[in-house]
Amino acid sequence: MKIFEVLNKYDIKPEELDSFTTRREAFKKLTNFGKSIAFATIPAGVLAASTQSASAAHIPTVLDVLNFALTLEYLEGEYYTKGINTPGLIPAGKDMAIFKTIEKHEVDHVAFLTKVIKSYGGTPVAKPTFDFTAGGMFNPFNNYEEFLILAQAFEDTGVRAYKGQAGKLIDENSVLTAALQIHSVEARHASEVRRLRGLKGWITQANIGAGVPAAAQAVYIREDNLIQGGVDVTTVTPIGPDGITEAFDEPLTKEEVLTIAGLFIA
Amino acid sequence: MLKPNLSEEMTSGLDLQRGNRRNFLKFSGVAIASTGILLSGCQEVLDILPKPGKKPSKQAVPLGKGDIGILNYAYTLEQLEAAFYLMVVANPYSGMSQTEKVLMEDLKNHEVVHRDFLKAALGKDAIIDLSFDFSSVDFSSRASVLATAKTFEDLGVAAYNGSGQLFVSADLLLIAGKIVSVEARHAAAIRSIFDSDPTSFAGSDVIDSNGLDRAFTPDMVLEAAAPFIKNKIIANQLPTS
Repeated sequence: MKIFEVLNKYDIKPEELDSFTTRREAFKKLTNFGKSIAFATIPAGVLAASTQSASAAHIPTVLDVLNFALTLEYLEGEYYTKGINTPGLIPAGKDMAIFKTIEKHEVDHVAFLTKVIKSYGGTPVAKPTFDFTAGGMFNPFNNYEEFLILAQAFEDTGVRAYKGQAGKLIDENSVLTAALQIHSVEARHASEVRRLRGLKGWITQANIGAGVPAAAQAVYIREDNLIQGGVDVTTVTPIGPDGITEAFDEPLTKEEVLTIAGLFIA
Repeated sequence: MLKPNLSEEMTSGLDLQRGNRRNFLKFSGVAIASTGILLSGCQEVLDILPKPGKKPSKQAVPLGKGDIGILNYAYTLEQLEAAFYLMVVANPYSGMSQTEKVLMEDLKNHEVVHRDFLKAALGKDAIIDLSFDFSSVDFSSRASVLATAKTFEDLGVAAYNGSGQLFVSADLLLIAGKIVSVEARHAAAIRSIFDSDPTSFAGSDVIDSNGLDRAFTPDMVLEAAAPFIKNKIIANQLPTS
């Protein structure tokens, strides 16, 4: 889609953009157009085209990553869907608005990843049966503080999980970009949930955060890394180690993530 | 390499966002108009942006090509953000709460780390220290500072999201990934303290119906950032796929 087609679609003449009053109108039209793009669904023709690429050598890896991501999104989606539908759990007002937003995104991610997997000729994994008590260790739907703690752990894990998979998508640009676009949404969620709990939105050293059980340490291992791309960052900046570790989020491997998520799969 | 074929909305969105003046207007409409102090149309949008027609007076800066070019592009944005938050911390706006002081100090620290790290990682290939123009920002005004911070953080997220696919090196892609999620954490925090809408941390102005954040091309991002950068940034050797 080229810009002039956009302008045509909304009857905007390029020269009109130069006068302020019509620019004002153009803002409105172009903004609306941006929205209509964002809310479009994947066209069937594109899906057919992707199936042809399903034979390329890297596609099984791409599908593997997508199904891994889907598993995590199932977990998050069901967790928040249960949370917002448990009477008396989430305080009405700000907190409920936040979790309804997060829930919507996770459910949207499930639907999106499912479509993408199918578009590449793959089979979306089935939704596991979840046990959010982790065999009786947690009680998130009866205790809001525990609900928040697990939400924090899931979001921070989600950020690390996507980051750890990005390199495997490097030969499939469109999927890589989409994964990055999900990754930053998970990071926005993580920041918000942490701040709801009175923590900073970012991870200092490998601290699990006040109130989080030590069992969750696996979520934060290696977040205290100070070496990036072979550079000892402490030697190139006046900022101290806390700030350095906050400035970089670290990846988790698929196996590490599945160990964490596996606690909640019945 | 296979052509992107997953999501026309995404690729067409990127095409749409390839830099030119009208695309920038669209960006302004979406991002700048959502900064919260802009409630009634475009005069405010134009007010917040530096006036057009200002000629760069400083040295032109080519970013280079390949992965180095992309890293220099990131280094450009991190220099901009670091310079901005250094100003914010040095000139606290009136009524800055203790919580907000801590937040601004953190953001300053993180962006300085990103800047210093990228400079070191680039070594002799690093671009020069850029000169910035923050004349459009009223550093004494909470609304002006936070609106600018929000714009920069959201822009940073969209920039890294859009440039990940341009890397050849998976190691560099990972490092960019380590940075972008911190920018997204920042964006959420700034939105959370600034916007009255409790859902703004991941608001529908930046997250689409698939639950995807924005991804912008370098041209788009640099056009949006240009009013704040005195040097002319030359990005014509950057990879496009």
